[in-house]
Amino acid sequence: MNFASYGFAAFLAVTVVLYYSVLRRFQWQLLLAASVVFYAFSGWGNLVFISVTVVTTYITGVKIQGIPKTGENKPKRRRLLICCMVLNFGILAVVKFLDAAAPNFVLTLGISFYTFQTMGYIIDCYRGKEAERRFFRFALFAMFFPQLIQGPISRHGDLSATLYGPHKFNPQNFAEGATRVLWGFFKKLVIADRLLPAVGTLTEDPQAFGGVYVLLAIFLYAITLYADFTGGIDITIGIARGLGIRVKENFDMPFYSKNIAEYWRRWHITMGTWFKDYLFYPISTSKPMLRFMKFVKRTCGDYAGRRAPVYACTLILWFLTGLWHGMTWNFVAWGLANGIAIIISQELTPLYNRFHRRFGLKGTRGWNAFEVFRMFWIMNFIRSFDIYEGVGETFKAWGSIVARPNISGFSLLGLGPDTADYVVAAIGVAMMILTGVVMRRMKTKEIPPFRHFAICAGLAFVIVVFGAYGFGYDATSFIYNQF
Amino acid sequence: MKFVKIALLILITAFFFVAADRLLMPKYMSQSHEGRLTREYYSSEKNHSVIFIGDCEAHENISPAELWRTYGITSYIRGGAQQLIWHSYYLLEDTLRYETPDVVVLSVMAMQYGEPRGEEYNRLNLEGMRFSPTKIRAVRASVLPEEDTLSYFLPILRYHERWKELNRDDFNYFFRRKNVAHNGYMMRSGVMAVDFENFIPGRRLADYSLPDICWEYLDKARELCAEKGIELVLVKAPTIYPYWYREWDDQIAAYADRHGLLYVNLLELADEAGIDYSIHSYNAGFHFNVQGAETIARFFGGILTDNFNLPDMRGDDQTAAVWERKLEAYDAMKAAQEREIAETGRIRTLTY
Repeated sequence: MNFASYGFAAFLAVTVVLYYSVLRRFQWQLLLAASVVFYAFSGWGNLVFISVTVVTTYITGVKIQGIPKTGENKPKRRRLLICCMVLNFGILAVVKFLDAAAPNFVLTLGISFYTFQTMGYIIDCYRGKEAERRFFRFALFAMFFPQLIQGPISRHGDLSATLYGPHKFNPQNFAEGATRVLWGFFKKLVIADRLLPAVGTLTEDPQAFGGVYVLLAIFLYAITLYADFTGGIDITIGIARGLGIRVKENFDMPFYSKNIAEYWRRWHITMGTWFKDYLFYPISTSKPMLRFMKFVKRTCGDYAGRRAPVYACTLILWFLTGLWHGMTWNFVAWGLANGIAIIISQELTPLYNRFHRRFGLKGTRGWNAFEVFRMFWIMNFIRSFDIYEGVGETFKAWGSIVARPNISGFSLLGLGPDTADYVVAAIGVAMMILTGVVMRRMKTKEIPPFRHFAICAGLAFVIVVFGAYGFGYDATSFIYNQF
Repeated sequence: MKFVKIALLILITAFFFVAADRLLMPKYMSQSHEGRLTREYYSSEKNHSVIFIGDCEAHENISPAELWRTYGITSYIRGGAQQLIWHSYYLLEDTLRYETPDVVVLSVMAMQYGEPRGEEYNRLNLEGMRFSPTKIRAVRASVLPEEDTLSYFLPILRYHERWKELNRDDFNYFFRRKNVAHNGYMMRSGVMAVDFENFIPGRRLADYSLPDICWEYLDKARELCAEKGIELVLVKAPTIYPYWYREWDDQIAAYADRHGLLYVNLLELADEAGIDYSIHSYNAGFHFNVQGAETIARFFGGILTDNFNLPDMRGDDQTAAVWERKLEAYDAMKAAQEREIAETGRIRTLTY
């Protein structure tokens, strides 16, 4: 069930009404039932995959907790953990591999998200955090419908604090949630879906749209992806908020980042922290990595010995992050490009420091703006691996920027959207930037419910009139649904 | 105070949505006038002796004004562009919610179409229907897979993109729209003779069977009329194009015979009716001009009065007064169209 569908709107309305109508102690059961119904709409077959994950993770969690954490039991606990992870990551890998071979044939809705969420949980159990002993409560944690298809990737400790209620109807929460949901739809329908046809046209035929059009394609894709993904997350967080449940934020104005590490701390935050906590740290402190560090130290010296393991871990991390997005060379290249950019950035840090000591530009408005601009375009180029058909095509597209810029023949028209579409999208982007700045300065809570509802009414009107939906438009899923 | 504020917010929001809906809906005033036909019915008086239902063979080829003038028959045409047989059935069902005529005349031209012909025709025929269970059934029976049902009830969901193409009509007819038809008849003056020398006969078909779904809805229409004590008449207009096959005609005639219905194929009676294809069509035999529609009305009205006990309402002062006003408007439009044709050689709009 697509968030941007009448079916989902009806489903959500019924769920919310029932949620606040049933006895509060049954609220979480209702949410579980709603989540199963929601997921069943994506295909009954998909329920099999998620059920396997839920059952195996639940049993493993309980079993691991039942085994004392003492020395001789450690291998037993580890075996259970590895079995569970191999099974679930195995399913994910097979599904992703088959999807790369035959797109949309078997791809299970939100499999990357719920697999990572449940595997994070099982690793936490292994590390000593308390397992959820009630099966259906655990099932709700894994299947909570607003975040099932595109995250955020929640931690059990965070989500369970509010997930199981009870929740009394709170106008403030409800109003905040409704505003957030509509704001998400605004980003998705008024900005992302209006520009998406242009991105499609520009990237379908890189030969015809080389040169300056490549810059346009990656620029528009940055806006589209941001509006689409953050829009989806806004809807998720908004729905949860309306139900009285707190879900972690997944974005923190990433386009204001000044370096790539900062960018990844602000974009898809929960995925970044997942990889850091469950992959980067365990790998970097693992025995083989320590042995590797000693080996490099011995052969290449102290500096290399300190850096090499970090960089190796970085490349492994980004290679796997690429694979998480899809088992294609595009995503592998995208992941490695991120890793390499981070390594280069770290290696150049002493040089930057010397530059700043010499010219004293650090911290000035101009320099900050330059850094933000630079970061935006570096990420745009890295992200372009997503949009062209192959890695080779991406490099050719980059090359065409220099080889045949074609500036004189440049026109925004003829790409799908017309002038009016660009104007609406531009106003939408301006509103998005402005709102981001304003919201950062003031907390949402400061806005009383009535004003929230007034904002909702305005947003609903703008979405209905200026949204790109309905006959003549494909009902586009959120881009991150495919992961 | 709190409730006043909330009520005010709801009212303002509703106002904006309603205003946007009105502004963005196509007005069908300067073009695609057929889009007005379905909704115009609701503003007419509901005491018709005869209701015509069907595609352009109904709404362009017979003049209710002439039926009144010659026979005192009160009639209305619930026609629409490319009206399919299931559209016709649901429009009949809708009409019978408001009145029970003595006779329903159903054009059989659409019996050849078993598949929807496009979203635009669904819109032209169904969008103007008032909200009712009948409309829900009509929309569900008609929508194409790529359409969404809800937008037939909340048209802004379909037409929201029209903010890009708003024109003078959208503002001129924001509050009030003129009727484009005369009791459902879309008047057209002008002459384009049928070219019989280059007559294009229909190509051979692999299968002449009329689609099952059409028979199904024809059965439903017949049963509904029988239930309400209404006489159902099947009619084929005397248009030359689209080609009407003998094999189709035989099937309709057999059906009528089987169920004791009157079937009138005016194509075969064109000479008797006084149709002159050199002067009675405005587009070479596809549709009749106003003189042709009046000629057909005079002839077909005779058939109706011969076969059914239809009252001559000209003696009823109240009805006569209403029709007097209708005739005035009818004659004024006819004169205006003829004047425009004489001056410019064509008709630009049907709204005068």
